[in-house]
Amino acid sequence: MNFVVRRMFTFFLTLIFVVFLSFCAFRIIPGNPALAILGTEATPAQLEALNKKLGADKPLIEQFGSWMINVLHFDFGESLRFSEPVLSLIISRSSVTFSLAIIALIITVVTAIPLGMLAAKSKGKTMDFLISIITQIGLSVPSFWSGILLILIFGFTLNWFSAGGYVPWSKSPFLALRSLFLPSLAIAIPQIAIVVRYLRTTIIEQLNEDYVRTAYSKGLKESTIYFKHVLKNALIPVVTVVGMNFGEILAGSLVIEQVFTLPGFGSLLVSAIGSRDYPLIQGMVLIIAFLVVLVNLIVDLTYRWLDPKMELK
Amino acid sequence: MNLPKNSNLWIGIFLVSAMFLFMLVSFFYLPYDMNEMKMDDRLAGPSREHLLGTDNFGRDILSRVMEGSQTAFTVGFFSVAIGITGGLIIGATAGYIGKWVDEILMRLMDALLAFPGIIIALVLVSIFKPNLTQTIIAIGIFFIPGFARIIRSGFLAYKKADFVIAARHLGAGHLRIIVYHILPNMMSPVIVAASLNFSAAILIEAALSYLGLGVQPPDPSWGRMLNESQSYIHKAPWYALAPGIFITLTVLGFNLLGDGIRDLMARKDYIDAI
Repeated sequence: MNFVVRRMFTFFLTLIFVVFLSFCAFRIIPGNPALAILGTEATPAQLEALNKKLGADKPLIEQFGSWMINVLHFDFGESLRFSEPVLSLIISRSSVTFSLAIIALIITVVTAIPLGMLAAKSKGKTMDFLISIITQIGLSVPSFWSGILLILIFGFTLNWFSAGGYVPWSKSPFLALRSLFLPSLAIAIPQIAIVVRYLRTTIIEQLNEDYVRTAYSKGLKESTIYFKHVLKNALIPVVTVVGMNFGEILAGSLVIEQVFTLPGFGSLLVSAIGSRDYPLIQGMVLIIAFLVVLVNLIVDLTYRWLDPKMELK
Repeated sequence: MNLPKNSNLWIGIFLVSAMFLFMLVSFFYLPYDMNEMKMDDRLAGPSREHLLGTDNFGRDILSRVMEGSQTAFTVGFFSVAIGITGGLIIGATAGYIGKWVDEILMRLMDALLAFPGIIIALVLVSIFKPNLTQTIIAIGIFFIPGFARIIRSGFLAYKKADFVIAARHLGAGHLRIIVYHILPNMMSPVIVAASLNFSAAILIEAALSYLGLGVQPPDPSWGRMLNESQSYIHKAPWYALAPGIFITLTVLGFNLLGDGIRDLMARKDYIDAI
């Protein structure tokens, strides 16, 4: 119980800090935010009106207080460019980004588990060496470049998948999957490499445990030992690795959406930065960071639940 | 198959030195001026005159890739330097003083770690105008928590060590203990992290520049070259290949170097232990 309480405490502390940081980011703009948005040609009246709209005319403490209260009411302000609440803009774009993240996660798990087992089983042999080369390269290839290459090979040359653009799930699940598969694969490649390397190490550790020797001496089949005993134990740390990389997967999708011209968080954030839409940037940063912190919390608690032996360091 | 011992380290050293040499050469010699445009030679394939072909303005891709390596190494070097400096100050303070100072600083680092690296960079870029310096600072800040954690845990492990207590009783001051007695023990994990972060910096810079939010023209960047190449991908695939291969090889080199040094240190610790 102690662990859960402490972990929740850290979670709320981090959340407050995240709210504070997103607030600061918006306020440390050199000079006046209204001036930065409208440019030097704006009239004083325009500047004053925008300052009022942004709340930048009030004292900082009051601004932070109202930002805190608004956030607690899920009110993240209004986008300057779209004149729409930030939250509804983000929700409207979330299906693309979440689909990408989930498909990438599925690809990662489905590919990494057999590869990791294969590498551990052939430890020190040619297959292990080959897999380690592939994972090293997978870790080094920038995901947006592998995205471009995937477009070149499977989009233009073979014409198996669409080379960009997005078809909503509601329109056609098949076409939606066809438009999301390549970008998800590009996001998944470095993740696969990470999980394979991790899984290989944990499986090799598990293979040296007493219970494996016992299982062998009982006369169990090798496949039973691998799948029923070793994999079960080796997967626990993998859950953490995958969960902890949720932030990376989300960040990866921000860039990959640009490569495949998908209307998700990435394109919204990049266009918000381009048009200096500060309320939108602030809200998006807060929500993305919140998601990452929340997933990390869930992963920590799940890990604890899966492996009660684990002591909090 | 008989594998050479620690092949990671040797391939890493080879790739990093090759890329470093490539960058050094670019200071003294470029096949062409990287901004020289030849409209007749637009999107020409690799040939004897242009080994890696030309881009949409007829500029020599090899020369631009060579110039781009300077940006990649600059970003890698300075952002890691910022990360180590910041991490050293925060990690040493937290680890040496301990108690509530440690608690506050480390919770702060946890919160900073909650932001994906590219988000921190994007926020900084949206506040200030994107350019080379902004990119370096943004990536450097992202590295601080990682180094701070390594250095803090080193301090926790060593501040009660016998040789530190002995030094204290011999009258050594705090600064002397930190610099001469505790820090040297942390060299190897910091070097490993530096090498791995160097490659991460190159990847983040390329991603930011690809989005148009990193290094701006006229500074050359591999990431931006990839962005420009994408519009011509079906006409001139070689344009998209060259910068990507150079990013991959450089990143691979630093990754292998980091892994190799870690393996080397693990073996050395093992031998020391015997």
